[in-house]
Amino acid sequence: MSDALLQVRGLTKAFAGTTVLDGVDLDVEAGSVTVLVGPSGSGKSTLLRCLNHLETPDAGTITVDGELIGYRRDGERLRELAQRRIAAQRRAIGMVFQQFQLFGHMTALANVVEAPVGVLGVARSEAESRGRALLARVGLAGREDAYPRQLSGGQQQRVAIARALAMDPQLMLFDEPTSALDPALVGEVLEVLRDLARGGTTMVVVTHERAFAREVADTVVVLEHGRIARSGPPSEVLDQLSERRAPSLD
Amino acid sequence: MSSLTLSGQPAPAASDPATPPPRTVGSRHVGRWVAAAVVVVLVLWALRSVALNPAFGWPTVAQYLGTGAVLRGLATTLWLTAATTVLGFALGIGLAAMRLSANPVLSSVSWAYVWLFRSTPLLVQLLFWYNIGALYPRLSLGIPFGPSFGSTDSVHLIGPTLAALLGLVLHEAAYAAEIVRGGILGVDAGQAEAATALGMTRARVLRRIVLPQAMRSIVPATGNMVIGTLKGTSIVSVIAVTDVLYAVQTIYNRTYEIIPLLLVATVWYVILTSLLSVGQYYVERYYARGAERSLPPTPWQRLRARVAGGAA
Repeated sequence: MSDALLQVRGLTKAFAGTTVLDGVDLDVEAGSVTVLVGPSGSGKSTLLRCLNHLETPDAGTITVDGELIGYRRDGERLRELAQRRIAAQRRAIGMVFQQFQLFGHMTALANVVEAPVGVLGVARSEAESRGRALLARVGLAGREDAYPRQLSGGQQQRVAIARALAMDPQLMLFDEPTSALDPALVGEVLEVLRDLARGGTTMVVVTHERAFAREVADTVVVLEHGRIARSGPPSEVLDQLSERRAPSLD
Repeated sequence: MSSLTLSGQPAPAASDPATPPPRTVGSRHVGRWVAAAVVVVLVLWALRSVALNPAFGWPTVAQYLGTGAVLRGLATTLWLTAATTVLGFALGIGLAAMRLSANPVLSSVSWAYVWLFRSTPLLVQLLFWYNIGALYPRLSLGIPFGPSFGSTDSVHLIGPTLAALLGLVLHEAAYAAEIVRGGILGVDAGQAEAATALGMTRARVLRRIVLPQAMRSIVPATGNMVIGTLKGTSIVSVIAVTDVLYAVQTIYNRTYEIIPLLLVATVWYVILTSLLSVGQYYVERYYARGAERSLPPTPWQRLRARVAGGAA
């Protein structure tokens, strides 16, 4: 058994009889960047959403830092954990969504501070100074008091990244973080992702941004029909892809 | 001012600084003036008749508006409204949470509750509670199907006032549950998902993330509901609870000044509902935080802007 931070073994999931994930094995080393690519419907997002138990798999295991996510072993079976236990496990796994999903009734800073104060019990003053630092890190110093609706899509997504980072996660999941953005705003979000990668954040990113994958990914994983078709360094996998069937990617 | 020719070049000096461009003037709106005049005449005519018809008995209205009996009735109306709203919504939030839960028993029971209490008139429900003694002569406190810790006669426990409160609250809860449920369903499911992904428990997601955003649509409906409840409490007069309507009825049964005393109740209802409407406006404004790029102006700010705009 490897000592990878994230280990996925035999992950299987079907929606209403349609198999979406079919025995996926995946290792993500601490401090590495893994980019998931594949045609739509190949199961990328479902795989990502299983990792923090937003979707419940039908079979297979996910461990983060040696801890089984969402389940405990019960003889031959995996028994789902109590809601409270799963919530506690999710604190170590940050997630960024395609549609940002900032809390609309809270300012940017309140969005970032909400979970550290409410879930981890960090003192508000401490959480706020950390929140300001995180917003500054994603290039949003001075916009702490803006409501999400007053921010551009790119700014909202950067606040969403800061919000996830505020929990000090061991692992960050990005579900097509730039797909809902105007082309002109994609760059500023990718720049934040690059910065995180350089800083050693462990990341799993679902994206169609080929250039980003080539530049930042340590491993590119290609999903097809719920299975891992290929995986390896971007130079190998992406070049192969462009020869074979590049157009189907996007 | 700029204009383009086909080739994309600016038009050559179309505007001579000596002759300014023609100014625009609005249409005359003749029909609007005529309609306004007709309506003003009708309103004045109606007001004159209300003011001068002696049957309205305005001096009598003024005489009774502040008397002790009326004010005590008004106090009952007010606390019944407040208690019904608070307890009804507390129960309603619980029912909405049950209805939206994954547990089929909880959601069916919640559905059945709403179905039953919305399907019968409030008056019938009140009469049921008023006559609870005939249905369950003794009430006891204990464990269902288990031992009882003590019991008492229903008529002692449930007098007219408690019967009224029970009836109003249980009825209100059914409507409140639907208002709250609608508000919760109106919040993007992704919001709850994002909060869940941050490690919040389900209760916390509901309390901190979903409900505050659901309030945007819950508040206007609740405002309607509170105003409806305020007026709806007048129905308790049929089971001899001395609200403001029952108070004026008691007086006019003695003095036969029916219309003036009904007007006393009317005036109070209008005053209270107007105050509630103003309150609703400010509560809505509070929950609009973040939902609009800037908060809507208060009526004072709007009035000031209009006066300033008119003067400019």
